[in-house]
Amino acid sequence: MAKKISILIVDDEESVRDSLYNWFIEDGYRVETAENAQKALHLLESDRFDIILADIKMPGMDGLEMLRRIKSIKPDSIIIVMTAFATVDTAVKALKDGAFDYVTKPFDPDDLTHLIRNATKQISLENENETLKKKVITLENIEDLIGESDAMKKLLREVESVAQTNSSVIITGESGTGKELVARAIHANSPRRFFPFVSVHCGALTESLLESELFGHEKGAFTGAMYNRKGRFEMADSGSIFLDEIATISAKMQVELLRVLESKTFIRVGGNKEISSDFRVICATNKDLKSMVEQGTFREDLYYRLNVVNIQIPPLRDRIADIPLLVDYFIKKYCMSMNKPPASIDPTALKRLQEFNYPGNIRELENMIERAIVIGDGKRISLKDLPLEKSIVNSSTESLDDFERAFILQILHKYNWNISRTAKALKVDRVTLYNKIKKYDLKPSDL
Amino acid sequence: MSLPTITLLSFGFPQQDFLEEIAKAVQSELGFSVNLREGRIDLGEYYDPSRNQYNGNTLLKLVDSLHVTESFKTLGIFNVDLFIPILTFIFGQAFLNGNCGIASFYRLNNERYGMPRNDLLLMERAKKEVIHELGHTLGLLHCSNPICVMRSSTYLEDVDQKKIHLCHNCRGKLVE
Repeated sequence: MAKKISILIVDDEESVRDSLYNWFIEDGYRVETAENAQKALHLLESDRFDIILADIKMPGMDGLEMLRRIKSIKPDSIIIVMTAFATVDTAVKALKDGAFDYVTKPFDPDDLTHLIRNATKQISLENENETLKKKVITLENIEDLIGESDAMKKLLREVESVAQTNSSVIITGESGTGKELVARAIHANSPRRFFPFVSVHCGALTESLLESELFGHEKGAFTGAMYNRKGRFEMADSGSIFLDEIATISAKMQVELLRVLESKTFIRVGGNKEISSDFRVICATNKDLKSMVEQGTFREDLYYRLNVVNIQIPPLRDRIADIPLLVDYFIKKYCMSMNKPPASIDPTALKRLQEFNYPGNIRELENMIERAIVIGDGKRISLKDLPLEKSIVNSSTESLDDFERAFILQILHKYNWNISRTAKALKVDRVTLYNKIKKYDLKPSDL
Repeated sequence: MSLPTITLLSFGFPQQDFLEEIAKAVQSELGFSVNLREGRIDLGEYYDPSRNQYNGNTLLKLVDSLHVTESFKTLGIFNVDLFIPILTFIFGQAFLNGNCGIASFYRLNNERYGMPRNDLLLMERAKKEVIHELGHTLGLLHCSNPICVMRSSTYLEDVDQKKIHLCHNCRGKLVE
């Protein structure tokens, strides 16, 4: 059953309160009344009203002051102001202060009905808008973060809970695990989602370039600085800034960054005006920052400032259960982008994909699928379309012997079982290689 | 056991046959016996010269004070222009789930709008208004069904749009 629309009537005249009360009650609304602004504000502390119908002229705090106070606390409140003494000035003032509408007492019953109907329509549009936003956000979250494994579910739960806070986050994980995707998901779920998500790849920039990139520069700050330029911190105002490969920044930049994070203010390169910006920091690294702190290559104070929340992304080899879903997702993605009909994958090829080690994680898997779609027949991806090099070095390869067997077999396949070339590649002599083949009972038919 | 009685209390509405027709319609639609009475009160003190209208709130209180316990519900019938302080006019009003209500036929008359007199139409409108206000005293709220008699009517055209009957939904609530 739909929730009843609630109306608060604020008027010092009892007859007005009673009349409106009876009118709205008969229309099925939930109605409360207050004889002055103080009582109305008191009621609003403990109850929520969809529509507030308030007289302007009241003893004590008047309706316009009450309107301003309510709007400062609950900006989305729908407030309709009523007055017996209509002037254009007060009407304009009320509307400027955020009133939804303005009516002169007494009003026509039909006008009252329309007024409330319009307000109700506004409420339902706002609710609908909110629902749609939530739907969009949900879609953004799952767009590229694919997986139903326990590790992935845990990760999504962490993203969901950390998104609602304003804390700094460090995302750690091997290369190619999707650290930026996780950062984007945190931003997309956060209250900052309607503001920019600004990404900076710290590792790709020299110290001076990074400084200019982060803080911006004034015209003439250095050779080639022909115009003023906003920095990434400034661009991320009200939004989030993602600092990828944070472990690569220089000692000087670490000091600068710490200062900015503490004060949320900075000065453009070559400038002298302090600029403030309200941003949330999300960092990522594939390095062990804690060890870097112990070794003295990363500032401890900066580490603690950034590492309020740590999200660890598991490598793909630890969530092989997600591989079929990821493969399916990438097949659809690339078939669509290449205007090809959706392809399928051979079960043997899929099995091999699940056995692979993926040092490059999801990025590697994605590249493999993209390549297979480009070079394959476009209908079915088979083993020959995948650049797996018959590797079976995977998570099930636990002992040193297993590893050695798999590795020798991989190189033998690579050189088409040419013993001399394989031995040369392995930097062993032919006899040693023969002994190993005998020891592990290796055959060209082995995969 | 006799049916509960609804009293229609007429103030300055002399056409007895007209009122009897309304009483029959109420009895048929709501299933209560209807008793017609005449209210002998000077309405002058309920007149507001600044608005040139009669105060619906005080008239409702008047009818409430005239309600007798033998009667299940009492509805005051007037032929004057009613207002309440916040609205320019009303056709009628009632205490939700209360003992009484009021209805005026003043604004139901075609002649007030410069149209030719139509007694049959006036009768239809009057029946709808009386049943509507009594519906409120019986606990019914405004209904969204466009032809239900409990549909809110702020204009004469709205009154003409709806029928004299309760919709299935409202009747169900009444039975409950």
